[in-house]
Amino acid sequence: MKEVVVLSGKGGTGKTSIVGSFAALAKSKVLADCDVDAADLYLLLRPLTQQKHEFWSGQVAFIDEEKCTQCGLCQEVCRFQAIEDFRVDPVSCEGCGFCYQVCPAEAITMRENLSGHWFISDTRYGPLVHARLGIAQENSGRLVALVRQQAKLSAEKQGLDYIISDGPPGIGCPVISSLSGANLALLVTEPTLSGIHDLERVLGVCHHFGIPALVCINKYDLNEDNTRQIESYCLGQGIGIASKIPFDDVVTEALVQGLPVVEYSQHSVTHEIETLWQTVTKALGA
Amino acid sequence: MAGGRVIISVASGKGGTGKTLVATSMVLSLSDKGRVQLLDCDVEEPDAHLFLKPTFTHREAVSIPVPRVDERKCTYCGKCAEVCVYNAIAVMKEKVLIFPELCHGCGACSYLCPEGAISEEGKEIGVVESGYSNGVRFVHGKLSIGELMAPPIIRRVKQHVASEGIIIIDVSPGTSCPVVDAVKGSDFCLLVTEPTPFGLNDLVLAVELVRKLNIPCGVVLNRSGVGDRGVEEYCHRGNIPILLTIPLDIEIAAFYSRGIPLVEGIPQWRESFLNLFNKIGEILNK
Repeated sequence: MKEVVVLSGKGGTGKTSIVGSFAALAKSKVLADCDVDAADLYLLLRPLTQQKHEFWSGQVAFIDEEKCTQCGLCQEVCRFQAIEDFRVDPVSCEGCGFCYQVCPAEAITMRENLSGHWFISDTRYGPLVHARLGIAQENSGRLVALVRQQAKLSAEKQGLDYIISDGPPGIGCPVISSLSGANLALLVTEPTLSGIHDLERVLGVCHHFGIPALVCINKYDLNEDNTRQIESYCLGQGIGIASKIPFDDVVTEALVQGLPVVEYSQHSVTHEIETLWQTVTKALGA
Repeated sequence: MAGGRVIISVASGKGGTGKTLVATSMVLSLSDKGRVQLLDCDVEEPDAHLFLKPTFTHREAVSIPVPRVDERKCTYCGKCAEVCVYNAIAVMKEKVLIFPELCHGCGACSYLCPEGAISEEGKEIGVVESGYSNGVRFVHGKLSIGELMAPPIIRRVKQHVASEGIIIIDVSPGTSCPVVDAVKGSDFCLLVTEPTPFGLNDLVLAVELVRKLNIPCGVVLNRSGVGDRGVEEYCHRGNIPILLTIPLDIEIAAFYSRGIPLVEGIPQWRESFLNLFNKIGEILNK
């Protein structure tokens, strides 16, 4: 079993549209949506939820007003400015428990925090593991790790060949969590200065964790000078360009129809994504 | 709006909808209106500097305090490991192991060590740089490659918020802790989206977030003309004002791809961004 995670650094470069198309093209796979803050893959795959689980993670401090003597020690030790007027702001609280440990009146308790849900669903393309982190919650990295672990279990149980993960934007906690131990990172970029800058940073993360990477330039014809710049940068880094996908309105049209673009159109975008998937499977050594 | 200061954050839920385009064009349009500041709080992938090309005058490293154990004083009692909820410390028979990448820097271990054997040392996780560009004061943060925790850097960027004037904050995509840290304390939040099912899905999440934080919001609809009417219908139903509409336009995309702010590429847009700011002012003064 091999796992490819689709990342980009910059948001909105086309990760989910590409993963949705891979879902339609790949045989024998499980899909994992690792963007647990703003999960969109379900809009293309239209899953039927089979299992829904709670994600309990971390704790939040709670001050019992009756016991509190207003000595102020909790406010003094809290480094997250989460306590004001002897009340805890649950959004700022990082659940470290420092206040709970030091409170001389034993007025503080730590309460378990329901920070989201995760799901195993059926789609017409195969199983999908996805999640929904609660609004303004922490621990997205742990939820991503859980999604990947469940995707792996599904793939093992059903003897599937691939895990295809739709990753989050950025380079921090949830990205590192979706990347570590994967067989390949497919980095989707666009020919804009922001796209190039963000690609360099996410590629740095792949190097840092020793994950092989391939690059796909989406909407490459929007600025061909920048596309050439990305190509020469990747050449210098020894990173292959797996595909150059042209800009085409059919991608948005397909999205509005709730369909992977490869099922919606026979334009060149579709052929490019088909070739891209073949390149990815080759790189995965299948 | 307190004491002649207004803080407007620009967020989105979905990545790549045009947050940076809006934030940079807005500050440039307002730069002759007194003190104007742009804080780029997308510290995983900061891109605003590519458009504003600031001259940096100050650079500070951002560290989080991680524990350091003086083994001459340590009795291996295990208190530190017991109080650390992040599992960043493990105490063996005659050895203390510290995992700095798991540490949140809460300080509980050093405070609670009965032997006074734990001190804290800074571990660098990124930088904050500040300077100016075209009459705009500019600050951004950059998370180091391979580091997990963006929030401490975001909080440091926000310590630079000016005491007066107009402050625009460019936020990362998503709805979890980095977004909360960036948006918190704003007087108003602009939510930039696009007229697609992905844009709508993530806008709904972003609205939920700003409502949880009790911050008034309005929408900028970017790339209008493609997709569907879902976002407009949602805003209409929910009484969320659409304050600015930017069409899908190859010329706008071309300037963006070259790192040229929209109001410099097409100066007529300046008026639209001034209007946008005035509309926000009207909402806040109601």
